[in-house]
Amino acid sequence: MEEINALFHGFAVALTPFNLGLMFVGIVLGVIIGVLPGLGGANGVAILLPLTFTMSPTSAIIMLSCIYWGALFGGAITSVLFNIPGEPWSVATTFDGYPMAQQGRAGEALTGAFTSSFVGALVAVLMFTFIAPLVARFALQFGPPEFFSVYLLTFCSFVGTGKGNPFKIVASMMIGFAMAAVGIDIVTGQLRLTFGFTELLSGFHFLVAVIGLFGIGEILLSMEEGLSFSGHSAKINPKIVLETWAKLPRYWATSIRSCIIGCWMGIIPGGATPASFMSYGVARKMSRNGDKFGTGQLEGVVAPETAAHAAGTSALLPMITLGIPGSPTAAVLLGGLLIWGLQPGPLLFVEQKDFVWGLIASMYLGNIAGLIVVLTMVPLFAAILRVPFPIIAPVIVVICAIGAFTVKNNMLDVWMMVVFGVVGYVFRKLDYPLAPMVLALVLGDAAESSFRQSMLISQGDLTVFFSNWLVGGLTGLALVALFWPLISAGMARMRAVVTAAPRRN
Amino acid sequence: MPHDHESAQAGARIVVIDLVVAMLVVMIGATVGYESYRLGSSWGPEGPQAGYFPFYIGLLICVCGAVVFAQSLVKLKTDRRIFVTAGRFKQVLVILLPSTAYVLGVQYIGIYVPSALFIGLFMSFVGKYHSLRSTAVGLGVSVSAFVLFEIWFKIPLPKGPLERLLGF
Repeated sequence: MEEINALFHGFAVALTPFNLGLMFVGIVLGVIIGVLPGLGGANGVAILLPLTFTMSPTSAIIMLSCIYWGALFGGAITSVLFNIPGEPWSVATTFDGYPMAQQGRAGEALTGAFTSSFVGALVAVLMFTFIAPLVARFALQFGPPEFFSVYLLTFCSFVGTGKGNPFKIVASMMIGFAMAAVGIDIVTGQLRLTFGFTELLSGFHFLVAVIGLFGIGEILLSMEEGLSFSGHSAKINPKIVLETWAKLPRYWATSIRSCIIGCWMGIIPGGATPASFMSYGVARKMSRNGDKFGTGQLEGVVAPETAAHAAGTSALLPMITLGIPGSPTAAVLLGGLLIWGLQPGPLLFVEQKDFVWGLIASMYLGNIAGLIVVLTMVPLFAAILRVPFPIIAPVIVVICAIGAFTVKNNMLDVWMMVVFGVVGYVFRKLDYPLAPMVLALVLGDAAESSFRQSMLISQGDLTVFFSNWLVGGLTGLALVALFWPLISAGMARMRAVVTAAPRRN
Repeated sequence: MPHDHESAQAGARIVVIDLVVAMLVVMIGATVGYESYRLGSSWGPEGPQAGYFPFYIGLLICVCGAVVFAQSLVKLKTDRRIFVTAGRFKQVLVILLPSTAYVLGVQYIGIYVPSALFIGLFMSFVGKYHSLRSTAVGLGVSVSAFVLFEIWFKIPLPKGPLERLLGF
């Protein structure tokens, strides 16, 4: 097995004392980020990205991906103890996690959440290990039309899996594309959409957008809601952990279903949040205790956490193999790769073996480290949440400002961050999703150049996107995803007609 | 911000804000489309021109904005949900205005002094903390940021007169 050898090589790369240290630092930082309002996976990684510029890419990605795992773990703590989801993907965890804490079973809920997060991640990493090289090898044969159809599928999936108004999803996405187009056109060298401002020459930097939209926007939202944290205390001791572990195997079927949902939703860019909701819904429908969900069922914590972590992990698969991230955080990591001088995509597996397999090995190790850290340090993290908001809010604004400035050492970016913050606040309140905008901003240039190259090949003929079974299939799938709201509404109506018909007779 | 004056009384309704934002979205789309058209959005001698792709992006933004506008117009009479009440909006301004002042401060006198002031003042005025505690936290964050960025990671942040006085 070629993969196994490569993986062991990866472990050798990742298992240096320096990298192990970074792993623990990353996990702890990540959990803190996941626990604090206003700092999430995406903007937390964005703010800390500049600190890694001096490291080797492998060490940098190990630390940043560990921040990401930490944030995934951290969201569960606030959900269970405070009934406040620290991250959007842990909303579904509050449904059963918080009632458990009210019944004095916080330790059990947290152990269940962390362990199932770990299981979800592990399954996703295993899948990653064996599928990613295949996808990369397959994608080596992709030409511009194939790449564009994958981009198309990525963006259409947002419409297909999104819950909100499809027009708002597309509007938000297209604004992201428009922002990506600002600056010098790489093909013709012309200035686009700069309106004579020299500051706009280099365009909008997505890290600044992420810090503003998610960081400042979240702070404004939290201030409005007037958060006061009053939570339950958590005691986790080895006895509770072992007792919970003894109970968990009972929910193997839920675990497997949640892993599948999570992996699938992570690869197509649905992301961790819808995956956790979907998994919770499916578990409630399939479980024998389904009617008791919402009253403090361990199974109701297992399902969303497994799926969220599996989705969060597998979101890195298309990012590494195709250069197409499945979530905003993966998009930020992709931006990091570009800054470190690595070109994500199928060639990465050929040219940067150390980096790729070091990353994959660190996914295994990072999640083990994560499980240990969260199980042992929960009281500490819960204490951070008890720090009152009037202290946390200005500190986070300062951290965001530093993060925005360090992106390009440019003061204008700090102003941009404030503007993006207001935009993020208004968009969040009006249900314009932010993730498609960020992804479009990151991928805009790549998507555009693959589109233009395809058009050059075909001399402007759009049928190039249906010219063979592969590209045609991808484009077709994209169109199905795009029109999914219409299709599912149509199917629901047909079903209604079918069930209503016998009654009429 | 479009909703400043509207929410001063009871709070603006969601549909109204939706209409305003949709209008802005259409305007953004129109600007993008027009600018791309001006650059050349068709087929040049060596292939697609610079505005080829963004033109359609602009067009799509316009279409989506217009549809959202129409959707909100339909609901204008019936949907009475509030976007944000005046009292809550005041809370938003409580952090937004000082943050803006803070960024202005960073622009002129470097990042470290405004950071300490911002955190300290926010804690004592909004959080009603003792001035000693507020000063300690403000200075603490500022000094640790200085040590972390300027000394450990050698990443220069904006500096002003005070830092120059100290020889940085």
